[in-house]
Amino acid sequence: MSDVSLMVNGKRVNGTAEDRTLLVHFLRENLGLTGTHVGCDTSQCGTCVVHVDGKAVKSCTMLAVQASGSTIVTIEGLANGADLHPVQAAFKEHHGLQCGFCTPGMIMTATDMINRHPEGLDEATVRAELEGNICRCTGYHNIVKAILAASKTMSKASKGKARQAA
Amino acid sequence: MYSVNYHRAASVTDAAKLVKTGDAKLLSGGMTLIPAMKTRLAAPSDLVDLSRIKELQGVKVSGKTVTIGAATTHYDVARDEKLKKACPALAHLASLIGDPAVRHRGTIGGSIANNDPAADYPAALLALGATIVTNKRQIAADKFFKGLFETSLKDGEIVTAITFSAPAKAAYEKFRNPASRYAIVGVFVAKGKDGVSVAVTGAGDDGVFRSKEIEAALAKNFAAAALDGVKVPAKNLMTDIHASADYRANLIAVMAKRAVAAANA
Repeated sequence: MSDVSLMVNGKRVNGTAEDRTLLVHFLRENLGLTGTHVGCDTSQCGTCVVHVDGKAVKSCTMLAVQASGSTIVTIEGLANGADLHPVQAAFKEHHGLQCGFCTPGMIMTATDMINRHPEGLDEATVRAELEGNICRCTGYHNIVKAILAASKTMSKASKGKARQAA
Repeated sequence: MYSVNYHRAASVTDAAKLVKTGDAKLLSGGMTLIPAMKTRLAAPSDLVDLSRIKELQGVKVSGKTVTIGAATTHYDVARDEKLKKACPALAHLASLIGDPAVRHRGTIGGSIANNDPAADYPAALLALGATIVTNKRQIAADKFFKGLFETSLKDGEIVTAITFSAPAKAAYEKFRNPASRYAIVGVFVAKGKDGVSVAVTGAGDDGVFRSKEIEAALAKNFAAAALDGVKVPAKNLMTDIHASADYRANLIAVMAKRAVAAANA
C-alpha cells in the first residue's frame, strides 16, 4: 500500500491504494468519479483519458501511485458549475455522441488537442489526433464537427481575453 | 495484475540501488510494461519508476551532436524545435508512435530497452549509428539490439541517453497496422559522412536489421529510382496474420523508395 496524494479537479485528495491500483480505478472507486470509463482496459479505446499535469493520458495504463503528486482533471472538472465547457457544449450542439460511453474520453482528448493547437485545427488533424479514441456509434463524423466548432469558439474566446488584457 | 511494490527513483544512482530489490523491473512511461503486467505476461516484484528523474529528460543539440535523455517522451521528441532542425526524420518518427495519449507517457529509453520487433526507434538508432549511453557504459546501436525483445543490457543496467551525429539526409516511412499503429514495415534511411544506411523494423524474424540490398543500391545513387528492380529477400522475414514474408519483402523496397524521396525532398 502507498499513499496517493493528488490534486483532482482543483481539490486536494489523499488516499491509500495498493501499488498495483490503476489510476482509473482510484478515480472511480476511491474518489467516486465515475465519469472516467474503463472500455477496453488495453490502452486502445481512450474512454479512460484524463489530464495528468496538463497532458491527456490513458488512466487505465498508469498506476495511481505513479500519478501521486500530480494534478488531474477529469470530465467532472471541465464544466464551470451549470455552464458546460465549450467542448461539452459543442458535443451537445453537434450531436457528437449517441450512447455516450466514449464521450468522457473523447472530450478530454479533444480539450487536450485544442490546447495543443492554439493556431486552430483542420479535419485531417482532428481525425489523426483521435486515433487513440474509439466510438462504436457515431462514425466519428459529428465528433469531428464538434471538435472543429469547439476549437473555433475557444480560439475566439482566448483572443477576446488577450484583447481585454492588452 | 499481480501485487507489486512501487519505488520512485530520485536519481539514476538511486534507481541503480532500488533495481536490486527482489525481482525488480525499471518503469519508464509504462506503455508496454503496464499492459504486460495487466495480462500477467510480466510479474515483477518491484517497480522502479524512472519517469520523474530530471537528469534523464530533454533533448540537447550541440553542433551536429544530438543527445536525447532516456526518459524523454515521444511527445517531447516530436515537438523539439532543435531536433526538428538537426534531424527532422527522428522528430517525425516520434510523432507516428501510438496515439497522442501514448506519446505523452511513452519514452525513447523505455522503447529501446523493450526492443519490440515492430517498434520505431530501433530502426532510427540503427540507421543513424547511434550510441546508447547507460549508467555503466556506451553501446553502439548495432551491438545493442539483439533480437526479439532482447538487448545487450545487463540486469539492472539503466539506459540514460541516446546520442548520435545528425545525418545530412534522413527519413522514416512506416506502413502501419491500422489497429495497433505498430509498423508492419518501417524503413529508416540515413545518409551521412559514413555513407548510406537503411534499417528496417516490423519485418525481421529477429527484430530490427539493416538491408544490405537497399544500402548497396543507394550507395551508388541516393535516389528513389535507384531502387527500381531491387529485390529484398523474404528469407528471415516475419509471416503473421497481418502480412506474409513476401509481402513484407516487397513493402521494404516500397517504404525505402518513399523514405529516399522524402529525404531528398
